[in-house]
Amino acid sequence: MIPELGQLALIIALLLSALQCVLPIVGAWRDNRPLMATARTLAVGQFVFVAIAFGILTCAFLVQDFSVAYVAQNSNLQLPWWYRFPAVWGAHEGSLLLWVFILDVWTLAVAALGGKLPERFHARVLGVLGFIAFGFLLFSLTTSNPFARLIPAPADGADLNPVLQDPGLIMHPPVLYMGYVGFSVAFAFAIAALLGGELQSAWVRWSRPWTNVAWGFLSAGIVAGSWWAYSELGWGGWWFWDPVENASFMPWLVGAALIHAQAVTDKRGGLRAWTLLLAIFAFSLSLLGTFLVRSGVLTSVHSFAADPKRGVFILGFLAVVVGGSLLLYAVRAPKVAGGKPFALASRETLILIGNLMLTVAAATVLLGTLYPLVGEALDIGRISVGAPYFGFLFMLLMTPLVLALPFAPLSRWGKADLALWKRAAMRIVGLSILAGIVGWVLGARGFLPLLGVTAATYVLSGTAIYAIKRWKEAPRGKRYPLEMFGMLCAHVGVGVFIAGAILTRSLSIEQDVALSPGQTAHVGAYDFKFNGVAETQGPNWLAQQGTVEVSKNGETIVTLHPQKRTYPRGQVQTEASIHPGVFRDLYVSLGDPLGNGNWALRVYDKPFVRWIWAGGLLMMLGGFCAATDKRFRLRRTAAQQLETEIPTTRIEVAEQNA
Amino acid sequence: MNAVRKRRLIVVSLIVLAVGIAAALTVFALQQNMTYLYSPSEVDAGHAPMHARFRLGGVVKEGSIHRVSGTLTTDFTVTDRFHDMRVQYTGILPDLFREGQSVITTGRMQNGQFDASEVLAKHDETYMPKEVADAIAKAKAERRIPANAQGGGAQ
Repeated sequence: MIPELGQLALIIALLLSALQCVLPIVGAWRDNRPLMATARTLAVGQFVFVAIAFGILTCAFLVQDFSVAYVAQNSNLQLPWWYRFPAVWGAHEGSLLLWVFILDVWTLAVAALGGKLPERFHARVLGVLGFIAFGFLLFSLTTSNPFARLIPAPADGADLNPVLQDPGLIMHPPVLYMGYVGFSVAFAFAIAALLGGELQSAWVRWSRPWTNVAWGFLSAGIVAGSWWAYSELGWGGWWFWDPVENASFMPWLVGAALIHAQAVTDKRGGLRAWTLLLAIFAFSLSLLGTFLVRSGVLTSVHSFAADPKRGVFILGFLAVVVGGSLLLYAVRAPKVAGGKPFALASRETLILIGNLMLTVAAATVLLGTLYPLVGEALDIGRISVGAPYFGFLFMLLMTPLVLALPFAPLSRWGKADLALWKRAAMRIVGLSILAGIVGWVLGARGFLPLLGVTAATYVLSGTAIYAIKRWKEAPRGKRYPLEMFGMLCAHVGVGVFIAGAILTRSLSIEQDVALSPGQTAHVGAYDFKFNGVAETQGPNWLAQQGTVEVSKNGETIVTLHPQKRTYPRGQVQTEASIHPGVFRDLYVSLGDPLGNGNWALRVYDKPFVRWIWAGGLLMMLGGFCAATDKRFRLRRTAAQQLETEIPTTRIEVAEQNA
Repeated sequence: MNAVRKRRLIVVSLIVLAVGIAAALTVFALQQNMTYLYSPSEVDAGHAPMHARFRLGGVVKEGSIHRVSGTLTTDFTVTDRFHDMRVQYTGILPDLFREGQSVITTGRMQNGQFDASEVLAKHDETYMPKEVADAIAKAKAERRIPANAQGGGAQ
């Protein structure tokens, strides 16, 4: 009975979302205030019913109601209660419900916090969000109902995929979805502006924190996924250019471009058409990501068995959203475009270079990801595009971006001070060379390690020079507004990430070894002594647990216990054992038994690997900090004034130039 | 006005140049890193490259896994139920690697057997990669063997 209530709640939510899409937009068009006013009520109502449905599904998992097919497929009696929560979104139906639920969280936030926006604009924004919710609720109810019954109910369920039974998974999908779905707000703003045929810089300013927060969450989600792949898949890699990873990375790249383009539009009124286009792209890529992950059209380590009907539905929805919004853009963009001219050497140009590189990078990732599909469609053959394609092009495209990065904050809007560039450039290059020499002395021999050290120093020292300049020149208390602090934080994150990514790649030592008990493997400066394998038991698994003593120069550092777990239905899952450190991780995972107590072991020495995730987290923090700046908060009086105000604000321009 | 136009022209041509270079490099990188997937039947028919890397997809034949004791080298047979291909791999096999499981291996031909540098099995044990399913279906269609003969490869 209760699961049926969940389904009923979803149906009511679907009807409410249909109304939320139609009524406010008609109201805004006819200038009918009562109709526009329905938007918030409907958004709240839709949120409540989706939340009820989500709560009921979670309950079904907690009490283990195996008469619900989805519960029976993705959990069993032995599953510990803390894994029953992630089991809710562990497979297709539930993760789709999570998608809608998170969309409703964002919609609710827009409804609650956007009351000070002009009424028509706010109604349109909520209408667009209602349309997206409608599409996904319809998708959920027609092709992937989480409440479908399984009668008679089995005595015990199947199992949650063991790969997913990891603390990392509890956080990874919700956080990633917060990011993915968060771009819907920037998208809704863009569409609302295009529908209304005008774009005020104040609206862009108000949409900025939403983009920043969504991007911050997406960064955190990608970091969590990367960390999970590193620790759980037992391969020790942190990024594989897998289609599903790419699906989350493309919106991230475009989102990063969007954050910067929005800043230009907000502060200078420029790049308006481009900002709108990026907002459309960012969300379209989020939808495409959902399609790629959920349709099973691509072969990926993350692909799960999929139903082709689902793919067709998402593809259709994607076509409507992307096609419709691009058509609207083509018709209306010339009306809202405009801005101030700027000199070739200016902050705008540098931001534009960054934007160009990020979008081209997203495009090359898109090409590489979709190429196998094209090959199949044209019957060229079954193609896969290898990781080196992505790595090579990404490095190449990010080089100009990294080179330009420290100079953007140092430049003025409109026209940069070339003498200042020159001075800063000399310092930055000097410091980078110095860091290279220090790195050489400390043991970073070879092209790649030196590149890592110098490139990271280049970004970090450039960012530091700007921070020092602000400290000297700006009055106390106004030195680092949160918006700027966020920027500094994210740019430091880029530097830290570069160091981590390049140094891990070039300095890692990875070995697969066959060891018998008592034997020692020498990996880099470390000795890994294998002390055999014993059996051990967990809440819902049995494991072969190895004991590996790691020592350096005869001194024991740590004893690691990698496991090979067997779950009730015979699925095997490797659990790597990792000794974490700021400067290096020591990593051991169990391979296969080779007979006579001998085992295959995967032994890694991974220097600086944690810097990769630290960099990602700093970027996330940057996004969150910038979003909390008080200049993004819309005041009622300001909102009314803005109806007539010209699209730039003098005060901030002056302040930024200081 | 003229100066503005001139500047715009410079900017636009720089963008076009950059996009051109990016496109050329992209095509180059794609060509370098593309690998095709073949089924053992296609390899047998001589469709697969003799020297270049490619991917071999199929099912790990029952009873074919053999370890060279004391080393990390494993031999096994990948089959599409019509033709078999002997594969050699040195390293740690993925958790889901087992008999009757579909796999995709990457490598090249050497002395009549496939020397794999990577072996992939999928997260989901009920799932057969679409590419492998297609390859098997294609092999079946080419042989025009009735559907009930499929699976006859097990011994």
